[in-house]
Amino acid sequence: MYQAKVYITLKDSILDPQGTAVKGALESLKYQNIPELRIGKYIQLQIDETDLSRAESQLKEMCEKILSNPIIENYRYDLSEG
Amino acid sequence: MKYGIVIFPGSNCDQDSFYGVSSVMGAEAEMIWHKDHHLGQYDCIILPGGFSYGDYLRAGSIARYSPIMQEVVAFANGGGLVLGICNGFQVLLEAKLLPGAMLQNKHVHFICKSVYIKTHHSNTPYTNALKEGDILEIPIAHMEGNYYCDNSTYQRLKDGGQILFSYCDAKGNSTDEANPNGSLRNIAGICNEKKNVLGLMPHPERALESMLGSEDGKRIFESIRSHC
Repeated sequence: MYQAKVYITLKDSILDPQGTAVKGALESLKYQNIPELRIGKYIQLQIDETDLSRAESQLKEMCEKILSNPIIENYRYDLSEG
Repeated sequence: MKYGIVIFPGSNCDQDSFYGVSSVMGAEAEMIWHKDHHLGQYDCIILPGGFSYGDYLRAGSIARYSPIMQEVVAFANGGGLVLGICNGFQVLLEAKLLPGAMLQNKHVHFICKSVYIKTHHSNTPYTNALKEGDILEIPIAHMEGNYYCDNSTYQRLKDGGQILFSYCDAKGNSTDEANPNGSLRNIAGICNEKKNVLGLMPHPERALESMLGSEDGKRIFESIRSHC
């Protein structure tokens, strides 16, 4: 069994209105030292697989096919046995 | 002519679309369940507005893998007319029948109001009853209508005459103030290269009777009718 943690973030070139709004809220709470804040998605999943490379290629495929939209998002992941 | 209207779990403009194309426009129409594997004989498929699968993950991303979508993609690739309205537009983008992606509205609000859109090309199945420059008043209702694509895709859309509608003011000026959601170059509706697939954020099916504020949506369905 493999445990995967997938982090999906908007590409740097894409404006993040949600992140900008939250950054504004922090500023209104007097946190003035936040030059950048961006919001992404975190997905945790298990892959019932015995081979690491098969688990990894499946994870990549899932990220590109549905979990992220490569036009606007990047993804990265942590994959470990457990 | 006959429309087929796909119902995804969470669609909520399917009945409005059915009523609009049948009772107002006088066409035949049938509902199609998203789990169907077979598509009947239709002249135009409508992917309606709503919140398919609760807009989980990204709007349209799960509906795009509904069983019926394989048939819809094949129908579109064979030249069949597919009209995606609002959430339907989002599904078309996720299914890669249209280029680009939808981002959250610039001000992170759900926007529900009447807007003006300007027609850019009249040589398509969806705009042949319109003239270039015609302005339509049609409502929008969405959270993710901020259309985005990269520069080369935008140039391709523009050169190919695929940007059919853009947000404008009552006089037809495409200003920032008239752009409700931050959409790239005020884009409200685009079609594919072959012009048989249209994605439209505004809801023409909600603008078919004067008692509801506007009949301008008829022009789009009249175009479809005269094409078929």
